[in-house]
Amino acid sequence: MGNEKVKSSRRKFIKSAATLAGAAIGFSWLKSSQVLLYGAEPKDETLPWYGIVIDIQKCIGCGNCAKACKKENDVPVEPFFFRTWVEQYTVKNDGSVDIVSPNGGIDGFKQTVPDEDIFKSFFVPKMCNHCSKSPCIQVCPVGATYDSPEGVVLIDEKYCIGCRYCVQACPYGCRFIHPVKKVANKCTLCYHRLKKNLAPACMETCPTGARMYGNLRDKNSDLVKFLKEHTTQVLRPNLNTGAKLYYNALSSEVR
Amino acid sequence: MNPHYQHLYDILAHSQGYIFPNEIDLQWGILIVVYPFITGLVAGAFILASLERVFKVKILKPTYQIALLTALSFLLVATLPLISHLSQPQRAYEIMITPHSSSAMAIFGFVYLWYLMVVLLLEIWFDYRHSMVVWANEKKGVMKYVYKILTLGVNDISPRTLKWDRKLGYIITVVGIPSAFILHGYVGFIFGSIKANPWWSTPLMPIIFLFSAMVSGISMVMLIYMVISWFRKKAIEVNVLDSIGKFLFFVLILDFTLEGLDQIQRIYEAEESFEIIKLLVSSKLYLTLFVSQGLIGTIIPLITLAFLQFYKHQIRLKKTIYFIIGLLVLVGVYSMRWNVVIGGQLFSKSFAGFTSFKVGLIGLDGTLMAAFWIILPFGILAFLLWLLPPWKMVEPEE
Repeated sequence: MGNEKVKSSRRKFIKSAATLAGAAIGFSWLKSSQVLLYGAEPKDETLPWYGIVIDIQKCIGCGNCAKACKKENDVPVEPFFFRTWVEQYTVKNDGSVDIVSPNGGIDGFKQTVPDEDIFKSFFVPKMCNHCSKSPCIQVCPVGATYDSPEGVVLIDEKYCIGCRYCVQACPYGCRFIHPVKKVANKCTLCYHRLKKNLAPACMETCPTGARMYGNLRDKNSDLVKFLKEHTTQVLRPNLNTGAKLYYNALSSEVR
Repeated sequence: MNPHYQHLYDILAHSQGYIFPNEIDLQWGILIVVYPFITGLVAGAFILASLERVFKVKILKPTYQIALLTALSFLLVATLPLISHLSQPQRAYEIMITPHSSSAMAIFGFVYLWYLMVVLLLEIWFDYRHSMVVWANEKKGVMKYVYKILTLGVNDISPRTLKWDRKLGYIITVVGIPSAFILHGYVGFIFGSIKANPWWSTPLMPIIFLFSAMVSGISMVMLIYMVISWFRKKAIEVNVLDSIGKFLFFVLILDFTLEGLDQIQRIYEAEESFEIIKLLVSSKLYLTLFVSQGLIGTIIPLITLAFLQFYKHQIRLKKTIYFIIGLLVLVGVYSMRWNVVIGGQLFSKSFAGFTSFKVGLIGLDGTLMAAFWIILPFGILAFLLWLLPPWKMVEPEE
């Protein structure tokens, strides 16, 4: 008799445990398979979840951003190491495209294509896309590169072994090996400045306000408002990196 | 000026079209070409050895121990080009202590250790234990103690124990075959899983790496068998060569088919990266892909091996041809590694231009160093053959 009771209560326990586990698995599966507009959501809801907008129509190709970034973040001045740079696209009347970025655009640009041959021309500033499903974080063998709670992709310089796998994995060419520190390096969205409520150096110096950052979780932020009112696009959407850098007026020639 | 910067300015002057500024500095150089080449030799040599043991291809017996010791010699060196390529080599151990579970590379240490400790060393130990016990009793001086230590104190050579040695060795070989597949398939996955790089990103990559590994390992063991016989002034058995040659022929066909499939798929699908890859193979990789890998490393060996299956005259000539074919196949597989590793980094991820690659002669990342890593395993193999000569092994009484 007593035995039966124990058995039935055990059965009940197992049943409810299985239901709970099933629900948990089901729920986690649902959550992970959601196609989130902004990629992964932050765990700590009190913190912002940063996204970036670059308005191509506003960029004048002055290169102040790239210059300020190098100064702010101790990036060697040689033209092989950039946390951010500016590209000039010139689509010619014959359909061919000229892309240049001399010294990352720091010294400005000179148009070499004669005016009558130009169909259109524009500047595209580039920087880390701070992807929410970033391939660079995925491949790091020691976990030296990681997502900050605010969705900023960072590198632990004391931990990086310098295998360069992350440089290979980034589809946007945003990473390099710092020639002095001998570890991977990239845009941190000036995390040290963000923490003091200061704008990233590139945005601070942009004379036209072509770059904008903000909290994607705050539906009233200027950034979210901008995303609502403009047709924006991320780079290489086919790669499903969860890029959080949105371009306004992105032309199809840009990769 | 800093020589590294000077080098980069040279490269910049030779780049074509548009490349992202951070791409001028090519990240994985010749050492990363050598690494999959060496690992491939390990996996291939082991699979040839297993063929004799598990599938009982008796004719390959003279190459069995040679293949195992070759695999061990190359495996001992496999990690060195990798570690010396790190820009923080002193932190390399972190990959074992705090591996990042989502990284393909993080598993490397474990796959490597599994293969070294559980598969190769154990199998060789079980194979040689009987002989080492006998040698420990026969030898005098230091060598007596060396063999004593190598037996790990297991001195029982009763028929029952020896039977167990063979049984356990067999089990390890059976486990070892999938392990060898994993070891090299995994190396292919390191490249094949990088979605940012269309030249690498293909699910066929692990399989292609595996088959090219088998091709290179088989050729290497064939060459080593011939060289050892020549040194020992023993006749090279043409039956053994024929049998290895037949095996090589079939694996080479599979390898060729797989690589062909990969290329046909690329050409037919012609995705967004197609134009830049077409330019890549027709210019930058023309010599190493079509001539070195395709013609010298695959087509010529395939035709010759097919011909050798029927050719029964002039044994001496036949042996020479086998030797040349072995070398050609190795050149082809090395070129394949080059085409994957270097080729994949020559074009920009903007798909609009190329950087260039110049390998220096000296320095940690230079040709001489790469050559050293390839030659070093032969030194280790010579030592192992002296320490554990397969031809002096004690045959158990059946």
